[in-house]
Amino acid sequence: MKRLSMKRSWWRTLVGVILAAVMLFPLYWMVMVSVTPRGELLKTPPTLVPDSVTFEGYAKAINDQLPYLGISLAVALGSVLVTLLFAAPAAYALAKLAPRGGGAVTFGLLVAQMIPGIVMATGFYAIYADLGLLNTLPGLILADSTLAVPFAILVMRAFMEGIPSELIQAATVDGAGAFRTFRSIILPLSRNAVVTVSLFAFLFAWSDFLFAVILTSSGGPQPFTLGIYHYISNYSKDWNAIMATAVIASVPATILLIVAQRYVAAGITAGAVKD
Amino acid sequence: MTYARPPLARRRLQWTAWAFLAPVVIYLGAFYAYPIIRNILMGFQDYTAASFVTGIAPFIGLDNYLAVVNSTMFWPTVLRTAVFVVASLAFQFAIGLALAQFFSRSFRLSALLRSLFLLPWLLPLIVSASTWKWMLDKDYGILNAFLGVFGINAIGWTVDPSISLIAVIIVNIWIGVPFNMVILYGGLQSIPESLYEAAALDGANAWTTFWRITFPLLRPVTTVVLLLGLIYTLKVFDVIWITTQGGPANSSQTLSTWSYQLSFGPQLQFGLGAAAGNLLIVAAVVFGALYIRAQRKQDAA
Repeated sequence: MKRLSMKRSWWRTLVGVILAAVMLFPLYWMVMVSVTPRGELLKTPPTLVPDSVTFEGYAKAINDQLPYLGISLAVALGSVLVTLLFAAPAAYALAKLAPRGGGAVTFGLLVAQMIPGIVMATGFYAIYADLGLLNTLPGLILADSTLAVPFAILVMRAFMEGIPSELIQAATVDGAGAFRTFRSIILPLSRNAVVTVSLFAFLFAWSDFLFAVILTSSGGPQPFTLGIYHYISNYSKDWNAIMATAVIASVPATILLIVAQRYVAAGITAGAVKD
Repeated sequence: MTYARPPLARRRLQWTAWAFLAPVVIYLGAFYAYPIIRNILMGFQDYTAASFVTGIAPFIGLDNYLAVVNSTMFWPTVLRTAVFVVASLAFQFAIGLALAQFFSRSFRLSALLRSLFLLPWLLPLIVSASTWKWMLDKDYGILNAFLGVFGINAIGWTVDPSISLIAVIIVNIWIGVPFNMVILYGGLQSIPESLYEAAALDGANAWTTFWRITFPLLRPVTTVVLLLGLIYTLKVFDVIWITTQGGPANSSQTLSTWSYQLSFGPQLQFGLGAAAGNLLIVAAVVFGALYIRAQRKQDAA
């Protein structure tokens, strides 16, 4: 009986590994192409492992794309900041302070997530054209933050609802004001939710292509998503440089998955949102 | 709790609550409502590139909508959008459920493998889509090389108008499977083990167990996953735009990319683009309402 179940478990592991290999093959291929010499890329049929390995793709990627990656980093960090600034107090109010009309706000958040990105982006374009925010870093940061704020509020609210109200009452009895309670009790206790939300806000802004292509494509600071897009749309056959940039751009998501995988799964399930 | 407090304290509490909530309400107004309203207004205006310079964009009633709906592009684009959404959802869901079911029993390495499956979903879409673009290349792509082993001739995934829609659907399925898998996995975990034990005692086989226990109990989660998936898939822009730019000859254009093409393509017809986008809002809101209703029902249950 024991041996049978062991055997079955091995069978499952084997199938699981094969399934994962199939699913992740594009990522394997991305890495392989990134280290394949340019001449060899046009070989038919392509081989699963390149005959020789080169890092010229990475050299070119770093040379061309480093400024773009820097912009992306700034945009993503800025977006995390904006998201937390707006979302954390709102989540606290909705979870613990029972504001009149809170239900309507929550409803607004749910609806906000459903608006197609192309509509938001076109609207932003018209507004930014008036305000002179096109092709600016703050403009892109603010637009990208809309990808995360509703999600962030819903996730943090769900978490904060679990904080015992007695703690808040105790703080009030001790004479702490609402802001003090929020800063010294709620925020520290919500660390996991804050981390989850920050990670996702970072990733949403880091990955954004639509806002970037519409709001920054006529010059000014551009993120790496546009850097790669320029590579592709120039009909360049520098696929090793394109894929090298793609590999570099995948680093944050990969780190996130390794460092915070339980938060990631929790985030997907709790918010059930992704743009 | 609060009902015991005197009215004055209660009012103060409301002030505090709204002090915390007000910034986000202003934010929602400025960064959601305002862009959406701008887009809706543009849909009724003769808005062109010149409008941004001159500020002149006369209101023209429903002309943009009539132009969009009467365009020869309209019905084919709606049909392609429907095919894109339905095919993506069907396969994402089926594959996601199969994987969730497979991983629902833990085995050696199962947690690690399960989390690896999340990677395609977390990567920037430009990364996945450009990788696929090269994999789907007619002459040098690995997919055609693989199919060639079975004697299948090179397929022009991204260059053949009769195939390009299938190509972007394949890419989109790949990206959406992890989301379906994670949510459905969560749903499967919440089905009580005792039901399966009872079924096993009654001698039910795997097939019967799945259709009589798993599937019915998973229904609320299924509704949520499919409706959310529907809303997200309607919105998809990046995947299509990066892989095929809606081409060749509009053969993979959906409402989302078409709206972009109208506004930001060579013609810069913002009014038309906004009108097409607004039709997309209507669709999203209809399915969104269904989603919120389903969610409430599930919460109530």
